Amino acid sequence: MELIFEKTKEGRKAYTLPEPAKCEPGVPDKYLRRNLTNLPEVSELQIVRHYTNLSKRNIGVDGNFYPLGSCTMKYNPKVNEDIAALPGFAKLHPLQKEEDVQGALKVMYELEDMLKEVSGMDAVTLQPAAGAHGEFTGLLIARAYHNSKGRTPTKVVVPDTSHGTNPSSAHIAGYHVVTVKSKDGNMDIEDLKAHLNEDTAVFMITNPNTLGLFEKNIEEIAKLVHDAGALMYMDGANFNAIMGVTRPGDFGVDIMHFNLHKTFATPHGGGGPGSGPVGVKGHLAEFLPVPVVRKKGETYSLDSNLPKSIGKVKAFYGNFSIMLRAYCYLRMIGCEGIRKVSEMAVLNANYMKELLKKHYNLPYDKICKHEFVLSINTFKESGVRALDIAKRLLDYGYHPPTIYFPLIVDEAFMLEPTETEDKETLDLFVETLIRIKQEIQDSPDTVKNAPLNTPVKRLDEVTAARNPVLKYEKKR
Amino acid sequence: MNIPYLPHTDEDIRRMLEVAGVSSLDKLFSDIPDSISYKGRIKLPSKVSEAELRKELSLLSLKNKNADEYVSFLGGGIYDHYIPSVVKHLAGRSEFYTSYTPYQAETSQGLLQIYFEYQTMICELTKMDVSNASMYDGATALAEAALMAYNTNGRKKVLLTGVFSPETIEVVRTYTKNSGITVETVAVVDGVTDLNSLKEKCTEETACVLVQQPNFFGCLEDVFEIEKLTHVCGALFIVSVDPLSLGLVVPPGDYNADIVVGEGQGLGNEMNFGGPLLGFFAAKKEFVRRMPGRIIGETVDKDGKRAFTLTLQTREQHIRREKATSNICSNEALCATSATIYLAWLGREGVREVAKTCASNAHYAAQLITKNPNYKLKFSAPFFKEFVIETNQSTEVINKALLFNKILNLIDLGRYFPDLKDCLLICVTEKRTTQEIEQLAEVLGGVK
Repeated sequence: MELIFEKTKEGRKAYTLPEPAKCEPGVPDKYLRRNLTNLPEVSELQIVRHYTNLSKRNIGVDGNFYPLGSCTMKYNPKVNEDIAALPGFAKLHPLQKEEDVQGALKVMYELEDMLKEVSGMDAVTLQPAAGAHGEFTGLLIARAYHNSKGRTPTKVVVPDTSHGTNPSSAHIAGYHVVTVKSKDGNMDIEDLKAHLNEDTAVFMITNPNTLGLFEKNIEEIAKLVHDAGALMYMDGANFNAIMGVTRPGDFGVDIMHFNLHKTFATPHGGGGPGSGPVGVKGHLAEFLPVPVVRKKGETYSLDSNLPKSIGKVKAFYGNFSIMLRAYCYLRMIGCEGIRKVSEMAVLNANYMKELLKKHYNLPYDKICKHEFVLSINTFKESGVRALDIAKRLLDYGYHPPTIYFPLIVDEAFMLEPTETEDKETLDLFVETLIRIKQEIQDSPDTVKNAPLNTPVKRLDEVTAARNPVLKYEKKR
Repeated sequence: MNIPYLPHTDEDIRRMLEVAGVSSLDKLFSDIPDSISYKGRIKLPSKVSEAELRKELSLLSLKNKNADEYVSFLGGGIYDHYIPSVVKHLAGRSEFYTSYTPYQAETSQGLLQIYFEYQTMICELTKMDVSNASMYDGATALAEAALMAYNTNGRKKVLLTGVFSPETIEVVRTYTKNSGITVETVAVVDGVTDLNSLKEKCTEETACVLVQQPNFFGCLEDVFEIEKLTHVCGALFIVSVDPLSLGLVVPPGDYNADIVVGEGQGLGNEMNFGGPLLGFFAAKKEFVRRMPGRIIGETVDKDGKRAFTLTLQTREQHIRREKATSNICSNEALCATSATIYLAWLGREGVREVAKTCASNAHYAAQLITKNPNYKLKFSAPFFKEFVIETNQSTEVINKALLFNKILNLIDLGRYFPDLKDCLLICVTEKRTTQEIEQLAEVLGGVK
C-alpha cells in the first residue's frame, strides 16, 4: 500500500488549531528551524481512509484466534477501554497534588493488594512498563539486597528454556549469565546443583516453564537456591496457568514480575504498552523503586522516602492506564473467578494437546498447564518446517502459535489457547491443523509456499537486513 | 455463578475433560505438589457486574481533578496538548490494539507500515537518519542512549548538562549504575548549562554528553556550543527533545547530534497520570546496529510487492539473549501509532503552527504574569512553551488560589531544587485560550 507520505498534495491540510495569543513566539532566530518537515499534507478523510485500510491488513484477538504461546492472547474486555478513557483517569497529570488524584492512587493501592494476594508476595511495585522491565527491576532489587548483606555475587543462573529477556535483563543488570539444562521437560536438578554456589545472586525460573510444564520439584529447587545464598526470581509470563491453584510466594519465590498485558487481560497494543509490576517478599520490600503508594485512614499518598530503594526505573509511577484496565478485570472476575480462569486455560490447553498429539509429535507427553509445545520435525522428507505450517495457518485466518521457541525443542510450535476461547473455536483450529497435515502429504508445496491469501506473501527478510530501508525518502 | 469472559458450559467442561483424559478440573493440577497447593479461596473482592463496575469507577474517577474540567498549566515533560478525534477512532481500531508484536509480517502489514511511517516522522522531526519503533518513555530512552554510547566507545563517564527533570536523572542513574558507569552533572547558571563547567568536565573519558532541549525549566540551551565542546572530547552528543518543539525549534540533526531521544506523549497521547508514555529513539545511521528496540524495514514479498517487516533483529534479546543491545521486548507501540496519526493530522504546516501557537501563548502568559511586581521571570534564557517564575508569595497559597478558580496546581520547583523554593514552572500549550491565560495572571495577581 502507499505510504501516507505518498498521498501528500502541497497545501492540503487536516488540522485546525485555536488562534494563538496576540504575542510573538519569542524564540530567537538562532534557535529557529530553517526548513519545514516533510510530514504529510493530507485531508482528514484521507487519514481516516488510510489508517482504516491499514487496519484491514492486520489481525488481532478481536477478529482471529491467536494461540501465540507464552503471550496469553486472551480477550481484552471492552468495558476496560471505556473506563480507561474516562477523563477522570485519562486526563490526569502525574505532578498534580496528591489530594487531587486520590481516585488514581486508590486504584494503584488496591491493584497492588490484589496482586499480592494472588501471588503470595508481600509488596508490589507497579512502576515497570513491561515484563523485561520488571525483570531488570527485580534483578536490581536482588543486587541491592545482596549488597546490603555485604555480598557481591556476580552470576545469574537461567534455565535453557527461559525467555530471551531473562539473560538479557541479567546482563543489563550487570550480571554474568549461566545457563542450566533441562531434563525430561523440567529443570535438571543435578545440573542446577553444579552451577549454584556462593557466587550466584539469582536463579531465574519460569513456572510453569516455557514447555507449559509445572516444575514439580520447585520446593527442592527453592531450597537449593536459598541454601546457596541466592534469591529465586520467577518470570510471571505464565502465571495465567496457576492463579488460585498455587502461589509463587508459597513455593519459595522471592521476586516475580506480572505481565498485566498477558494474565490480566490488558491489550497488547501491537507490541505495547504493557505493564510489568514486580512482587517481592517482605525482606526485599525496602529496595522497591520509589515512590510507593501508602494509605493512612482513607487517604492515599506517594512515599519516596525509602533510603535503600533501587531508585526509579521509569518516569513517574508506571503505565497507569494499563494498571487501571487490569484492576477492572480483577474486579469483574473477583475471588469467584480467579481460579476458574486458570482452570479453563489449562483445560483448553490439555484438550487441544490430546486432540493434536494423534497427528503431530508431542515431545513431552504429560499433563500440561496453559500451553504445550509440538515439534514439527516429522515432515523432514517433504521439507515442511514449523514456519511453513505457521504461514499456512495465516491462510486459514489464524494467528499461528509461537515458533522456534523454546530453543530446546526441534522445530518448536508452542500453543496457548487461553481460557476465553470456546470449544468450537478449538475444534475448528484442530481440524485445520489436521487438514494442513493432509496437505503436507498431498501437496507439500502448497504449505511451503504459504501464505497465499494474505495481503502480502513471504517477505525477503535477508535484503531487509542487508540493505536496511528504515524510513521513507521523498523521490526527487 | 457467571464468570465473565469464560465461554465454557458445564457440558463443554465435561466433554473436554473426557478428551483430556482427566477426571476432574482439580486433576488438571495433579502435577502441583499438595504441599504448595493453595487451599481455600484467594481473598479478592467479590466479582461485580459490568454495570456496577462502570458506576463505581466513574464515581472514583470524579475523585480526581482532570484537565478537561480544570485548566492545566502543568508540564515538565507531560503535556496537555489537544488530541484530535481521528486519533482515538483510528488507533482504537481493535485490529491494531488487540494484536501482538508483528512477528507474522504477512498479516501485520497494517501495523508494520504504521511503525515505518512513525520512524519516518520521527526522522523528519529530528532530522536524524534512523529511528526505532518506540521505547517505554523519554527517561528510559535517554538512559538506553547513555548505555549505547558506553557500549560504542567504551568510555565510562556520562555527563548530564543543563537541566533534566529529577525523575529523568534518577532513571539514568538506575540504568547505568551497574555497568561501571559514573554519572556526573554540569553546573547550571541562569537556568542553562554553564559552558565553562562543561568544558572542564568533558574529557577523553566522557562517553557522552546528554542535554535536554528545551531543558526542564523550559529554557533553550546553547546546543551549538555544547555540541562543539562534546565532539572536541570525542564523546557522543545525545539530545533529548520535546518533539512538538521541533515544528519551530532547530532540529538536533542540524547541530550534529549523534543520538536523539525524547518523550512523545504530547504527540496524540493522553497524560494518563504519567503512563503509558512514548519514548522515541533516533540516531545517525552508523549506530543503527547498536540501537535498542524494534526497527521496521521496507522490503518486498516474493511477488515483488512492497512490504514491511521487523528487521535487524540480531540486535534483540529473543535472538541474542545476554548479548543483545538491550533487554527491551514490549514497547509502547500503540502510543507510536497514535503519534503517527496525530502527526499525519498536523502535517507539514500544522506541526509548525502548533509549536508557534504554544510559544506565542507561553510568551503572552509570561508577559502578563510578570506585569505584577510580585512575579518575575527567574531566568533570562529564551524559552519555548514553559518558563519559571519567581514569586515573593507563598507557592502553597498560590496553588490553593488557583484550584479555587478551577486551575490545577503549578509545578512547585522547590520540591526538587532547594535553591528554587519560590519558583513555579508554567507550561502553556496551544489548548490554553487567551481568556484562560488572562485568568491565570489575574488569579496570580490577586494572591496576597
